Amino acid sequence: MDGITPPSARWHRSLTDQAAVTVRHLDVSYGSVQALRDISFTVAPGQLIGIFGPNGAGKSTLIKAMLGLVPASGSVLYGDRPLAEQLAQVAYVPQRSQIDWTFPATVWDVVLMGRVRQAGYLHRFSARSRYIAAEALERVGMAAHRNRRIGQLSGGQQQRVFLARAIAQEAEIFCFDEPFVGVDQKTETILFSIFRELASTGKTIFVVNHDLGESIANFDQLVLLNRELIAVGSRSQVLTLDHMTRAYGGYVNFYAQEAA
Amino acid sequence: MLEILIEPLQYGFMQRSLAAAVLVGILCAVVGSYLLVRRLSLLGDAISHSLLPGLAIAFILGVNIYFGAFVAGILSAILIGWIHTRSPIKEDAAMGIVFSAFFAVGIALITLVQRENKIDLNHFLFGNILGVTATEVRDIAIITVLILIAILALYKELLFYCFDPLGAQAAGLPTAAFNAGLMILVALTVVASMKTVGVILVLSLLITPAATAYLLVPRFHQVMIVGAGLGVLSSMSGMYLSYYFNLPSGPAIVMVASGLFFLALLFSPEYGLLARFYRHWVAPSLR
Repeated sequence: MDGITPPSARWHRSLTDQAAVTVRHLDVSYGSVQALRDISFTVAPGQLIGIFGPNGAGKSTLIKAMLGLVPASGSVLYGDRPLAEQLAQVAYVPQRSQIDWTFPATVWDVVLMGRVRQAGYLHRFSARSRYIAAEALERVGMAAHRNRRIGQLSGGQQQRVFLARAIAQEAEIFCFDEPFVGVDQKTETILFSIFRELASTGKTIFVVNHDLGESIANFDQLVLLNRELIAVGSRSQVLTLDHMTRAYGGYVNFYAQEAA
Repeated sequence: MLEILIEPLQYGFMQRSLAAAVLVGILCAVVGSYLLVRRLSLLGDAISHSLLPGLAIAFILGVNIYFGAFVAGILSAILIGWIHTRSPIKEDAAMGIVFSAFFAVGIALITLVQRENKIDLNHFLFGNILGVTATEVRDIAIITVLILIAILALYKELLFYCFDPLGAQAAGLPTAAFNAGLMILVALTVVASMKTVGVILVLSLLITPAATAYLLVPRFHQVMIVGAGLGVLSSMSGMYLSYYFNLPSGPAIVMVASGLFFLALLFSPEYGLLARFYRHWVAPSLR
């Protein structure tokens, strides 16, 4: 376990055990406010899934409920077992606003956090963990910044460090909450190209997004929400005038249809 | 100069004080680093003020007073959490309500007890480092070693949890247990420090050295180590001030810790006010 495995072997390690994610009748309430109502859908492995909808539609809540981070009723399965019981298979990157960027940690500290679970309690990070973390940092083009304080980076650089942390987790399911907010074009390109690579090795990637611009063409599947599920499927299935009107109430800039 | 420092150490009580100062300085700064980054400074204050009734009740019942204080500290943290999750009252208000109530009960009980027994309320409020007994030093040492071992064992998990609680929870770490564990560490630390700084001022030894270190070094374990050094420096200086000027040790320790903080605030190379002034006003005009 502790030896250094060549990257190619690792990426294809678990192609056989990848499974679908099934959400069934998911309900979430905050006090008396119902945030999500009766959400059901299934996604096959190897897909890049965009979760879209207006502000307050419950996009972030959907991700959190799927991972068991907020109380919800209904079920979310990965394969035939609840996803919340298989969190070792999950890498989650929260919204930028959730993070205290003045925290005393360097880029290297943050990427190594992706190896905490794998290292296990009472164990130091193994040579393999350090190798994987360093390689992940290299992949997102941040290796040169490894000893800088996390707060000294630009928004795009911070997001790439979090992407490296997620890669280092060697997960099967990746969840990113609004990863494109406040990032530069270069970071957006890197993010999408790595999402694509991950999907091509059978990983499932959920991305909460609100930008209906041309970047929507990068997603394989879309989930359109407005407190309830409006539509799910390919771009052409989801981005219809009827669906968009139901989700956004008619105020949408209909660039999205061209992208579809 | 050296004589001033060494001469008092010929006394047994000064040796005990020195041991207590070193232990408490390290312990408070290390645990306080967590309060600092989790933005829980006020909870430290609330728990420390809440120790008093437990202390008094334990004294009345004839139980170990430090045990009673610990139980009261934990109860206050639970009560704060309970009020804030079961009612629309926000956490800061819940803290204010709980700790002032506990503190009032504690003061009332100790005043009653004080009439018949020789127990000095001021020693619990403001500390009396010169009066620590050998047993107390031993207990402080045990608590310090246990806490440092626990933190060393869970360092990487706690770092992940403090930096990104949601991410840590999503990775399957038991974040609720970590949170409860931190409360227990804080309560134990405050109990261990009670005799040296007193419950009113212990917050300073928890937060100020860690905050000073935070201005000086970039990584969390460095904040802990430098903070521990500053904590030891503060509590030892406070001990000597207490010896030579007959001051209560708590205020003496806090004045030193706060003085060091303001020095760092002025002179820190990265965050210091002077460095900022230089970068904003002097450096551009030299170009």
